[in-house]
Amino acid sequence: MIWTVSDGWTLTQRYLAHLVRKPGRLATVIAFPILMVLIFAYLLGGGMTVPGGGSYREFLMPGMFGMTMAFGLSGTMIAVLDDAAKGVTDRFRSLPMAPSAVLTGRATADLVNAMIALTVLVGCGFAVGWRPHGGLGETVLALALLLLLRMALVWVGIYLGLLTTDPAMVTLAQTLEFPFGFLSSAFVATATMPAWLGTVAEWNPLSSTVTAARRLFGNPGWAGDSWVVTHSVAMAIVWPLVILAVFVPLSVRRYGRLGN
Amino acid sequence: MTTQIRAEGVRKRYGDAYALDGFDLQVPAGTICGLLGPNGAGKTTAVRVLSTLIRHDSGVAEVAGFDVATQPERVRAAIGLVGQQAAVDELLSGRQNLVLFGRLHHLGKREAARRADDLLARFDLADTGSKPISAYSGGMRRRLDLAVSLLAAPRVLFLDEPTTGLDPRSRIEVWKAVRSLVSDGTTVLLTTQYLEEADRLADRISLVEHGRVIAEGTPDELKGSLGANRIEVEVTDPGVVGDAVSVLSRVTGATPAVEELRVSAPAPDRASVLTDVVLALDAAGLAVEDVALRRPTLDEVFLQLTGTKEAA
Repeated sequence: MIWTVSDGWTLTQRYLAHLVRKPGRLATVIAFPILMVLIFAYLLGGGMTVPGGGSYREFLMPGMFGMTMAFGLSGTMIAVLDDAAKGVTDRFRSLPMAPSAVLTGRATADLVNAMIALTVLVGCGFAVGWRPHGGLGETVLALALLLLLRMALVWVGIYLGLLTTDPAMVTLAQTLEFPFGFLSSAFVATATMPAWLGTVAEWNPLSSTVTAARRLFGNPGWAGDSWVVTHSVAMAIVWPLVILAVFVPLSVRRYGRLGN
Repeated sequence: MTTQIRAEGVRKRYGDAYALDGFDLQVPAGTICGLLGPNGAGKTTAVRVLSTLIRHDSGVAEVAGFDVATQPERVRAAIGLVGQQAAVDELLSGRQNLVLFGRLHHLGKREAARRADDLLARFDLADTGSKPISAYSGGMRRRLDLAVSLLAAPRVLFLDEPTTGLDPRSRIEVWKAVRSLVSDGTTVLLTTQYLEEADRLADRISLVEHGRVIAEGTPDELKGSLGANRIEVEVTDPGVVGDAVSVLSRVTGATPAVEELRVSAPAPDRASVLTDVVLALDAAGLAVEDVALRRPTLDEVFLQLTGTKEAA
């Protein structure tokens, strides 16, 4: 049991050492949402209206935070595939170490990555005029919900990375991140979509997290009359927990059966 | 001498094909066993079963006295594994890699650092220990890989094609390193496609084909199993290879093997055989480059046993 934690931490340190050696990787991951912020805030933002009024940039930033959390999925998948392809995973599996450490180490390190990305993006938000208007507790809760979503999707990434040995699957996952990111309330209010599409978007786990974050930050555009929207904070906890409940056991099982 | 690796009737099926089909092996402590066979013969599957990476369907497999199926943790604590690729972390330095894997072997921080430095020195990597692996040559990576597998002083070491893809010079470096291990009492199971490698490194060789061991012995025993020496004729003109074949088959009474311009056959056990062949070639008016009597190579043993020579 003690080794589970200690081996996990050893591997977390390994991934953090990667971060120090190749900071450029994380930089590109963060550069993308910053670019998106600039595009949406300055290029497209003029044509966007927020239902109920309010600044589009204030509306946009929680969506950007959420999208950045969601788009981390393929990064996790790449890292897992890479270790398998280079034989590093097999080496881990031949060691007398706690098997779960490989996965928990990966998950912890990716959560650290996500915290760094989120910090940079919050700074970027401040620069374009976004502000959290809630209390400290609400602000912290909003950030925690965003990281919870990331944690859940890290495990989806781990599972998908263990499932395949084909690098083409990463491209597929990256492509699928877009409909997942855009078919949500991250960039535009679901009220502006055709009714059925709006409903699908509202039930997207990303929407729950983003809507909850807007509400807790005191940013505009979170109000709605559907059940899933009025319960956005609860759903921002339930969705990630459901995802974790499915993908953690799946990943552990898959890891135990690698190669067979 | 105790047996460190024991496999009895091990079977492993992928889909409807058996990668291992009644695989038997016994490796005594402190020896190098070479698993020799073509691609797809089951060598790597055998190593993966014995190193606990995959589970076999039936049969018994024991390493260092522990059953790989029921006591995988005990097996893992006793083995080192060098897979086909240099499984080291590209972004870390050689030293960081050794410390990382040492920590995962549950060595203390200080002990991991001490062994890392020892191994870097032992594998001539001390100067480059702090450089990232991406700056290493193929041979250096392999040596680091080998060093990583020795961190916990394993009783049994698995080397899966340790020199595949290396240039001849790096290959010799790796051979040197492997030989020095066995002098410390480590038991080594080595898979290779290179007959020369098995011949030079292994105490005993098991020839593997279709998931089972088809012959086993010391390199000399295996060469001896082909019977006597071989007589070899090398012609200058590709057009007369057929004539050389008929001359050799008449003199030796065996079916000669052809490899480009070289025709060879097992030599009958009589002193005059070389003279007989020279005279027969002369009588047939064949111009030859070389006629020689020599010991069979492992190549020939292998090809003879697997029957691919006739096909070629």
